[in-house]
Amino acid sequence: MTRPWLLWIPLAVVAFIGGLAIYGLAAPKDEQVHSAMVGRKLPEFALPPATAGVEGLSNRDMADGKPRLLNIFASWCIPCKAEAPQLEALKQAGAEIDAIAIRDRPEDVAAFLAEFGNPFRRIGSDSEMAVQLKLGSSGVPETYVIGDDGTIIYQHIGDIRAEHVPILMEKLRKAK
Amino acid sequence: MMAESGLAALWLAAAMALLQLVSGLTMVRGGAGQLTPLIKPAAIVQGALCIFSFAALMWLFYITDLSVLLVASNSHIDKPLIFKLAGTWGNHEGSMLLWVSVLSVSGAAIALLEKRIDARTLHATLAVQAFIALGFFAFLLFSSNPFERLIPAPVEGAGLNPLLQDVGLAFHPPTLYFGYVGLSVAFSFAVGAMLTRQVGPSFARAMRPWVLGAWIFLTLGITAGSYWAYYELGWGGWWFWDPVENASLMPWLAATALLHSVSVLATRNALRAWTIMLALVAFAMSMAGTFLVRSGILTSVHAFAVDPERGSFILALMLLYTSLAFIVFALRIGTVKQGEPFQLLSREGGIVANNIFLSVILAVVLIGTLYPLAAEAMGDKISVGPPYFNKATAPLALLLMLALLLGPMLRWRRDEMSRHKYWLIGFFAIILWSGVALWKFAPGIGLFPILGLALSLALAVAAWVPLKGRKLLRTPLPVYGMVIAHFGLAVSVFGMAAESGFSKETLVALAPGESAKVASWQVKLDDVNPVVGDNWVAVEGKMIARKNGKAFILRPQSRQFFRPEQQTSEAALLTRWNGQLYAVIAQPDEEGDGRWQVRLWWKPFVTFIWFGGVLIAFGGMIALLGRMFRRPKKPAKNKWGGE
Repeated sequence: MTRPWLLWIPLAVVAFIGGLAIYGLAAPKDEQVHSAMVGRKLPEFALPPATAGVEGLSNRDMADGKPRLLNIFASWCIPCKAEAPQLEALKQAGAEIDAIAIRDRPEDVAAFLAEFGNPFRRIGSDSEMAVQLKLGSSGVPETYVIGDDGTIIYQHIGDIRAEHVPILMEKLRKAK
Repeated sequence: MMAESGLAALWLAAAMALLQLVSGLTMVRGGAGQLTPLIKPAAIVQGALCIFSFAALMWLFYITDLSVLLVASNSHIDKPLIFKLAGTWGNHEGSMLLWVSVLSVSGAAIALLEKRIDARTLHATLAVQAFIALGFFAFLLFSSNPFERLIPAPVEGAGLNPLLQDVGLAFHPPTLYFGYVGLSVAFSFAVGAMLTRQVGPSFARAMRPWVLGAWIFLTLGITAGSYWAYYELGWGGWWFWDPVENASLMPWLAATALLHSVSVLATRNALRAWTIMLALVAFAMSMAGTFLVRSGILTSVHAFAVDPERGSFILALMLLYTSLAFIVFALRIGTVKQGEPFQLLSREGGIVANNIFLSVILAVVLIGTLYPLAAEAMGDKISVGPPYFNKATAPLALLLMLALLLGPMLRWRRDEMSRHKYWLIGFFAIILWSGVALWKFAPGIGLFPILGLALSLALAVAAWVPLKGRKLLRTPLPVYGMVIAHFGLAVSVFGMAAESGFSKETLVALAPGESAKVASWQVKLDDVNPVVGDNWVAVEGKMIARKNGKAFILRPQSRQFFRPEQQTSEAALLTRWNGQLYAVIAQPDEEGDGRWQVRLWWKPFVTFIWFGGVLIAFGGMIALLGRMFRRPKKPAKNKWGGE
């Protein structure tokens, strides 16, 4: 054997894999996959109104020089019902909120709004999940912070709990 | 009382392992060796105690003693008997007890049966074996006691995960464990031989049956696991490159390479350091497999087996054993003399090619499996899926098959290409003819399926060539074993290539009375009815599949289990000689318009995949029989006495 150090390579590989495994055990597990669209402009889309009496939503509507929230929800989604009070609180605190209803029917959206209130300025209907996919959203509910020029600044995955309200307001303030 | 006796036996067995280790260490360190006569008896008693302990646990599951925590949390009074018994190892504690029991019994078997290697190497091997066992005894006794009592006892018990209530799966984990443990024996032999500087043909011959046995179990375990995933998970696929599947594939790849290199060492006394290296890697991979299943650091379909704390324990054991072994390797392997030389074009050369391809595939799978973890450590989130694995492994596997066409025909030490040119021309004619025919008549099925089909046809012929010119009755069994296993590989790859190239899929919503078409089958959803089982209820679709005027009935189910509550889909399979019709029914969609989501696949020759796997294992068994029952001494063909 001319190069004895070569014989230690297997040990080094074991150490490396061991290190990775220890990291894997020690690091807190974060199962959420964030959208690759964060930091980019909203994709082009134009959605029809989700139910009678509301306005539809396009990406141009959201690039009007004012930062706002974009809530992705569905009437059939239970966490979406749970986050309704927090959306109301955000609205009271001055946030403007647009929404996209995913795979929904107009009468169900109307019933949902009647029961849980309507904090939304506009609600587009994404019956095929096409816009949801373009946004890089993998489920409902999710809430995006959109900058004044239509840039996606932040993505909140899952229902908004009371402790998330100040975080979202802070992001909105910074988005100006 | 039974539980306490089982636990006591376990403690005693651990004490025996300690005795075995200490006696072995004093011997290896060159002590007087007064303790040496104790090693073999200790190994045998340890094996017996473990058998008793495992039998005690099985008895507790048999009578469903709910005052034992493990029984209460994994069994249920209503469970069918076979699953009650399978419950013994269908959980973490029981499976670890099985692991250590098999390990101890193997140690006892070595102590009783092994006569080929010298006493010092044998004792060193048993000491290493005891060292491994001690770690697992500690694991069982301190963090996973299978005999823990539950007071007060519950009335009925929690049940076994319904996905696991399946006969095939009841035997899948123990099969893999037998394989892993067999590799641990190879590992012990390798470390023992390094410690006593006895790396040579006699060591290789002693290790070979264990490698072969382990490899047979791994082959069967992987084949069974793949078939289980295919019909039980209801996704229609047979291999998902899931981390845990990879965890069982990697030791298999290492064991396959080891199996080949160990015959070179046994027959020709070459590839010494490399064989030792593979023996260490194979066991390291099997421990890594156990760790991946238990720890949950990678997201997987085996999420039912996750427990991070126990994962850390197994990780600690894995790092301890593998790093110590590689330290011994680095210190000692330099003193192992270079083996016998050979030319590139020779049987040895062919086996080196086999080893290189298998090792590179192993590296590719290992990197793909660990990459998400490494990426996450760098703050990135990535999942590595089938596209990477398929693209990276398929060409390597095809090259491996190409080498396999010629390899087994070659002579040891050196050979001439001119001896084989007619065979080679024949094989390439088969490949070319079938490749061009497929490309012409089935365009668009992709390059890899075409190459896979063409190569498997050539290999199906080439596999038998080593029998040519031999007297069939006097041919040693291992040669038959090799031929059958290589033919099995051709069968399996044919199935994989046909399935990936020609599968047809239909997803429809059908109301009873409506039909759908998949490939040349007309499938009608005749009726949907509720059915009730021992511990589940289900909706069952009755489908009538028609082709060429013949009709068959399929009954896929969507099952709802009660304890624990879970939904599973039971695919219905219609097996024809040339493929399978695969039907899945889902719970009704929300629309509630009386239609049912039905998914149909026609998978040509898909059964060849598992049939080939079984053939490969069968070939291994034949070879193992040949190694175990040698015929009366015959004159050796070369100075190392190999075939």
